[in-house]
Amino acid sequence: MKNSAMREIPDYLLEKGEFSLYNPLITEGLKKKESLSSAERQKQSRKIISSLEKAVTLSGLRDGMTISFHHHFRDGDYVVNYVIDRLAEMGFKHLRLAASSLTNIHAPLIRHIQNHVIDSIETSGLRGELAEAISKGLMDIPVTFRSHGGRAYAVSSDQLHIDVAFLGAPSCDPFGNANGYSRDTEDTSACGSMGYARVDANYADKVIILTDHIVPYPNIPFGISQYQVDYIVEIPEIGDKNKIMSGATRYTNNPRDLLIAQKAVDVIAASGYFYDGFSLQTGSGGAALATTRFLREKMLARNIKANFALGGITGQIVKLHEEGLIKKLLDVQSFDLDAAESLKNNRFHQQIDANYYADPFSEGSVVNELDVVVLSALEVDTEFNVNVLTGSDGIIRGAIGGHQDTAAGAAFSIVVAPLTRGRNSSILDHVTTLTTPGDTVDVVVTDQGIAVNPLRPEIKERMKKAHIPLSTIEELKEKADKIVGIAEPLPFDDQVVGIVTYRDGSILDVIRKIRSDQ
Amino acid sequence: MKRLRRTMLFVPGNSPGMIRDAHIYGSDSIMFDLEDSVALGEKDAARHLVYQALKFIDYGNIEKVVRVNPLNTAYGKDDIEAMVCAGVDVIRLPKTETPQDILDTENAITEIEKKTGIEIGSTKMMAAIESALGVVNAYPIAISSKRLVGIALGAEDYTASLKTTRSLDGTELFFARSQIVVAARAAGIDAIDTVFSNLNDMETFEKEIRLIKQLGFDGKSVINPRQIDVVHKIFNPTEKEIEKALRILEAMREAETKGSGVVNLDGKMIDKPVLLRAERMIDMAIASGMYYPDDME
Amino acid sequence: MNLISKGFAGTLESGDIFIEIEKSEQPGIHIDLQSKVKNQYGKQIFSVITETLKENGITNVNVKAVDQGSLDCTIRARVTTAIYRGCGRTDYRWE
Repeated sequence: MKNSAMREIPDYLLEKGEFSLYNPLITEGLKKKESLSSAERQKQSRKIISSLEKAVTLSGLRDGMTISFHHHFRDGDYVVNYVIDRLAEMGFKHLRLAASSLTNIHAPLIRHIQNHVIDSIETSGLRGELAEAISKGLMDIPVTFRSHGGRAYAVSSDQLHIDVAFLGAPSCDPFGNANGYSRDTEDTSACGSMGYARVDANYADKVIILTDHIVPYPNIPFGISQYQVDYIVEIPEIGDKNKIMSGATRYTNNPRDLLIAQKAVDVIAASGYFYDGFSLQTGSGGAALATTRFLREKMLARNIKANFALGGITGQIVKLHEEGLIKKLLDVQSFDLDAAESLKNNRFHQQIDANYYADPFSEGSVVNELDVVVLSALEVDTEFNVNVLTGSDGIIRGAIGGHQDTAAGAAFSIVVAPLTRGRNSSILDHVTTLTTPGDTVDVVVTDQGIAVNPLRPEIKERMKKAHIPLSTIEELKEKADKIVGIAEPLPFDDQVVGIVTYRDGSILDVIRKIRSDQ
Repeated sequence: MKRLRRTMLFVPGNSPGMIRDAHIYGSDSIMFDLEDSVALGEKDAARHLVYQALKFIDYGNIEKVVRVNPLNTAYGKDDIEAMVCAGVDVIRLPKTETPQDILDTENAITEIEKKTGIEIGSTKMMAAIESALGVVNAYPIAISSKRLVGIALGAEDYTASLKTTRSLDGTELFFARSQIVVAARAAGIDAIDTVFSNLNDMETFEKEIRLIKQLGFDGKSVINPRQIDVVHKIFNPTEKEIEKALRILEAMREAETKGSGVVNLDGKMIDKPVLLRAERMIDMAIASGMYYPDDME
Repeated sequence: MNLISKGFAGTLESGDIFIEIEKSEQPGIHIDLQSKVKNQYGKQIFSVITETLKENGITNVNVKAVDQGSLDCTIRARVTTAIYRGCGRTDYRWE
């Protein structure tokens, strides 16, 4: 049989259906492109759509579908509100909003929930007015909370199927190579790593990039590659530059946070996991972040260098990297402008996606290679269970983030918290909401005492040897109770407003509606 | 063992948030202030607040000091009565100029101890010297009462009374510091240095600590928890010093078992003052958590 | 003791409690409490305020309390201060 190039092809090769005959006229995409120059093709890229509405229509979005967003712009994000406003105007209803996280800036979603534009939410965390409204029963369907690793797993395993991903990007070229910064221009609102967005780009049916900087092709390095991107929409502003690019994460001057950080570092140094070539991650929160400063002194004093730092990279971590104290940085999310700058400029500062970071079931997950992680907590209980989601008033004000993932993955996990906050104790009989199971937490460090999980007797021995004064977790609880007294139970209703999942998607706990008549 | 007074954390008497956490930062003493940091209209409120805090907050083993208003103000007498009743460890008297100031305060304390059945003499005192007259009288002040555990320099008022200003290197304080240390040592009590208030200039702060340590002071008043560790680090013996002191003490033990009156180390004879210093060094190392005598090598 | 004017004490700083007391025409102790921890510690705060008032012989009184996470000892100190100020007295009793 002859193909369209008039070459004779033996029939038996076609019998099994493994091969077909060459025919550029019927195989889309094979015909030679117009003889336009690269520059002209960039100008006429078919991926660049003149309006978001058109891109949405092209994406095939329908009522009831799942749309996704990332939170790399933190409190400076304009993308979520901008897109949902347009979708509401277009008349969409009953959408599921699957964001990697939501923050204070997303309070306008309340209206869209009331109008049934959004029926359900998947996120790592909630803060501000939206969180308060949801805690008080705004939504009929409970919010599903997932850790960063849990979300990556849910998305890649199709437990959480994303129909259309709306991904804000500080830079994107006409064919969809997008990133959290650009080596071509200083003018972008650099957010650094796009680690969470990359998962959505990988697995969503359709991917729409929203950007305020279309840069020349090829935009390398890229966080999101062109083959994953369907449409590109230019919008005036993806976010508030000042809030996206908050300078270096400030060292806390809060003496209590510094005290906790110093104690945490003493614990690390005595743990047996502080060796030349160790690896570390520090979570968000003043005390956890401040451990970097004291750790530096310890590393210098003992002549120890870290092999890599993971996470949530901060300017402080970058400084240690540039000083040669941390060899490599693996960055799923850049916490500040200094981290974003470093990702752009430092060769051994690598952007990673959330599957690579913390997916519990992938063939490789960095959290499993981690030695030490320092994590914050709102509450801890006498079983070492941790709550990072709800305040002691029962209102949602936090995010699971990578808490579950790193606590489980790291060889040694430290949870830091002040013993009391105002009149609330951080150490309780039972946490208000269980977000990280106690068997993954090795040590609790407070400003007024340190407790080692009885599951880790060898750690306890090492602490004793180093003369680190220890308490039992029950003693810490009693100490706190003596200061603040015993709290009365919170007035919860039966209605479930949030489902806290563990890394595999199983239900760990639920958050109930808090009565707002007080 | 002798109580360390390397750091005395200054806590404004009308700040509940600071009062409740004053003990967590590891200073050797806490000084609740009813004097200059409290506005005239709030003297009663601060007195009630510190009184309640001393009675109900468990500050552990930290020395609790209260700086009261002088007796010649409308607040001094109530301050002393409230604090003694609340079980304060030390009453710190500001602006001490003569031994009589101490005696008057001592009498006020004794009267209250008698009235309330507290052991007479159990409330200790500390005197802050903050004027030229006070510095001149440092020794008579230092020996004026058995209750006195230390004298302290208050540099702001002192420099004003000298008609000069504070400099970074503390030239103007040199005489007062030396005079106070000598008076304190002669009286067998502690000498505490003045505060350093620029939190952002850690370099000068460290220099000042080294200076006052070298002059012989026991410690320094601090205004922020961030200053505590800096002072302790400089006041604490170094590992090298501890090692050497241990070797000296070991040599002494050897000499004792041999029945020899002469202690030799590395071929050199060790004098009595060196032995005493080594003993003090080890006491200090134990007290500051630098050395654990129970550790098996 | 006898309230002769409004008595104030405390601030709105973290860890403090602002107290305002005034003689009430209605018999009894009437407390208006604002606090972020009212759900968990409201009863305890009420009882500390009530006890302190009763210890000082104040029985007919309106109390406005704005709490910023204060501890019991702070509440007692602020209420006592407000009482003495409102009664115009300085004959404190230290025990």
